[in-house]
Amino acid sequence: MLDPRSDDARRVEGLWWVLFWISCAVVAVVTGFLLAAARRRRAELHSEGETDEDDIDRRPVPWGDRFVVIAGAAIPGGILAGSFAFSLAVLNDMGSTDDRPLEVEVVGHTWWWEVRYPNGAVTANEIRIPVGETVRLGLPTADVIHSFWVPELQVKKDQIPGADNQLSVVADHAGRFRGQCAEFCGLQHAHMEILVVAMAPDEFDNWVEREAEPAAEPEGAEAEDGRQIFERASCAGCHTIRGTSAEGVLGPDLTHLADRETLGAGVVRLTPESLAAFITDPQDDKPGVSMPPTELTPDQVDAVVAYLMELE
Amino acid sequence: MTTTAAPEASATTISTVERLEAVWAEPPGLGSWLGTVDHKRIGLRYFYTGMAFFVAGGIESLLIRTQLAGPDLDVIGPEAFNQLFSMHGITMMFLFAMPVLSGFGNYFVPLMIGARDMAFPRLNAFGYWVLLASGFFLYSSFLVGRAPNAGWFNYVPLSGEAFTPAINIDYYAVGLIFLGISSTGGAINFIVTILKLRAPGMIVSRIPIFVWGELAMALQIVFALPALTLVSVLLLLDRKFDFHFFDADAGGDPLLWQHLFWVFGHPEVYIVALPGFGIASAIIPTWVRRPIVGYTYIVIGELSVALIGFGVWVHHMFAVGLPNITLGFISLASFMVAIPSSIQVFAWLATLVAGRPVLRTPLLFVLGFIFIFVIGGVTGVMFAAIPFDQGVHDSYFVVAHLHYVLVGSAVFPIFAAVYHWGPKITGRLLDDRLGKVSFWLMFVGFNLAFFPQHLLGLFGMPRRVYTYDSDLGWGGYNMASTIGAFMLAVGILVTIVNWFRSRTRGAPAGNDPWRGETLEWYASSPPAHYNFVTIPTVHGREPMWDQPELAEGVQSPEDGGRPLTDGHVTLSTSMLDARPQAIVHMPHASVWPFLLTVALLVLAFAVLLDNWALTIAALVASVGGLVGWYWPRGQTQET
Repeated sequence: MLDPRSDDARRVEGLWWVLFWISCAVVAVVTGFLLAAARRRRAELHSEGETDEDDIDRRPVPWGDRFVVIAGAAIPGGILAGSFAFSLAVLNDMGSTDDRPLEVEVVGHTWWWEVRYPNGAVTANEIRIPVGETVRLGLPTADVIHSFWVPELQVKKDQIPGADNQLSVVADHAGRFRGQCAEFCGLQHAHMEILVVAMAPDEFDNWVEREAEPAAEPEGAEAEDGRQIFERASCAGCHTIRGTSAEGVLGPDLTHLADRETLGAGVVRLTPESLAAFITDPQDDKPGVSMPPTELTPDQVDAVVAYLMELE
Repeated sequence: MTTTAAPEASATTISTVERLEAVWAEPPGLGSWLGTVDHKRIGLRYFYTGMAFFVAGGIESLLIRTQLAGPDLDVIGPEAFNQLFSMHGITMMFLFAMPVLSGFGNYFVPLMIGARDMAFPRLNAFGYWVLLASGFFLYSSFLVGRAPNAGWFNYVPLSGEAFTPAINIDYYAVGLIFLGISSTGGAINFIVTILKLRAPGMIVSRIPIFVWGELAMALQIVFALPALTLVSVLLLLDRKFDFHFFDADAGGDPLLWQHLFWVFGHPEVYIVALPGFGIASAIIPTWVRRPIVGYTYIVIGELSVALIGFGVWVHHMFAVGLPNITLGFISLASFMVAIPSSIQVFAWLATLVAGRPVLRTPLLFVLGFIFIFVIGGVTGVMFAAIPFDQGVHDSYFVVAHLHYVLVGSAVFPIFAAVYHWGPKITGRLLDDRLGKVSFWLMFVGFNLAFFPQHLLGLFGMPRRVYTYDSDLGWGGYNMASTIGAFMLAVGILVTIVNWFRSRTRGAPAGNDPWRGETLEWYASSPPAHYNFVTIPTVHGREPMWDQPELAEGVQSPEDGGRPLTDGHVTLSTSMLDARPQAIVHMPHASVWPFLLTVALLVLAFAVLLDNWALTIAALVASVGGLVGWYWPRGQTQET
């Protein structure tokens, strides 16, 4: 949040610094009074057995009530009213007025994100967006409540069953922005990461076009084997690879898996080795995830990995 | 309450004590132990039980902090982590803060207002037994490895049957409904006691501010808690009988849970904070030797917090997608609620600088409270600013904030109260040097534990994650936080040791070791069963400072003291101007509240385990318990 990469994030950061400095002033004033009181300290209460000798100062404090009203109510009231007005102004400035944004749907699942583009491209846990253009993220959920939060780009928005929540994002620089589910969503809430990659618009257009295409045909015998094993084994029950008979919808679409940086919504970096390990026992990397340990032999796993790593 | 007309006070001082002792003493033995209605015994049980849960919640937090000490650790694993953070929240809110603050209220409200007991002593006993039973019920979930695991605010649909079919969540829902009986009964008892049993002369503008704090807390409980009980019932209906209150596919709405929960949940924060404010307002004058500045403003502040606190719940929901206009109103209320708190803070500061502070342990804890609470307060104001809230909502910034507010306004005042009023309870002084060691360990440890969490939140660390990646650079801040948490724990341990040490080795306290200003110092330390030899007549806001005859021991009937030795009675006065109205007959010890609680505990387990035959049997037994409790025995009051 302190490293904003969009106009909206910068507005929120500006609001934060205003609130921060006001807060520092308030804490400084209060601390000043506490220290002033401590300087007036005396060592002990009255001396032992001395009950009628009155060390208690019964005089009313002449400035007391006025001080409480002014310092405790009037001045804070003014500061609070100003902060309220400023925060509403920031709220009002946020969001984009672009009436033809790129619409991307980001569906929350336990514990990963499905990303759907209007041209039919489907991917997972990584959103690519064009720099400088308004992207309107539709934020539904497939199960429990999640919350989409990429601190450098935007405030967060909850994904709630039955709600129709949206969030506009405009990245003003190319870059990679990490986000993570903010609403507690169960066992692996900690491993529900999302990566937003902002890229030049023409690069983005190329990418999203390729991403919409069906999967590449396997090259070589091992990859071909891998594809057949994938289609026949339980993999295809949950995962889709467009252009093949694998049309499962419970897990992430793997049509262009090899394009992605991580596995399991940020649990491990994607390499042939980590993919093989993940397929062999996903419970090891991400305990509680729906995907069961594989029934494939190590050779079969290698073949599947060879195939999947070709899917760029 | 049944009442008879108030007679003139009459008794001779010598025989008064013997006669009071004969009437009020509870005989030793199991029946008396289970049946006691003495507000002091009950208050102390609340205190010890709450502190035991404080230790349990603290151990949970240390396990949480150990798991988070470094990146990618696997100390306890995700399922245990989720159960522990859920139970940590539930424990600290419901089983520590509320019982301990109610315990102090139970013990000290009658003493401070000059009554011989709470208005409904058996309801009081019942409230304690239900707290103990529901605490036992909630913690029994650990025995089967199925503690609540969806957080203390337990959002649906995650907590619904579809996603958490096991009994973790049933423990939560049944446990909180059960516990709600205790809190509600206790709150009603406080309200009636404070409004009706004040000593003659204690008109509304002379009520001690601590008592106002307990009253504000009680009013909030009465109005807020039904929402929690209701929403827990709805959840049980959804889970056990396939209702669809929260099921979006069937026309229900998960947001219904959030609204109802936070309509309770935000006032709950003030329920825990307001008595702490009251403790600060009570302790400061004694230790600076000057009456509190701005009494009226503080009282208005306490009551306004209690009122405005009901209008801010949606600021827990700024990211759920409600229209901006809705958020705007709640934002305004959330900014406004800071004003009555700030009034109180500046009244304390004014009193502190106008007086001559004696920096012993009770006041140190109060000063620590003010510093910590103000930091929690300013970050709280930040959450009223909608876009900022949407930025840091559900991040560690919130975790930092809520601990600053709650540890600030509950734990530090409670520790101040332990040192200030402990001698009244045990009759012996706590060690001041150990107290200071405890304070500094707690103060430094607390800030080391929670200040870095603000930064983690701003960096993007969400709350309730059981681990985080090493590339993120969050390890150092988390390690600092963990070290701080252990330091805080050591500080707390020092006070626990100090407490038990003082019981045998502490110097005798006498009635009034600090020359306090309110009536609890008029009683002996520990107070007699009947609290006061004579129920005093008060003439000012600081009776112990205004009326030398009180400081000298016993206010005689000539000075307005009322012995009321004829029966198990206390004095009832009018609500505003505290004129004597009636003699109230107080009930004697009874085991029925305990027996009814046992029936309810069986009922809770029966519902938990879907054993409907046992449920019906337990319901019948509960009704039987009520019948037994109220069966006419020729006594005058049974509550």
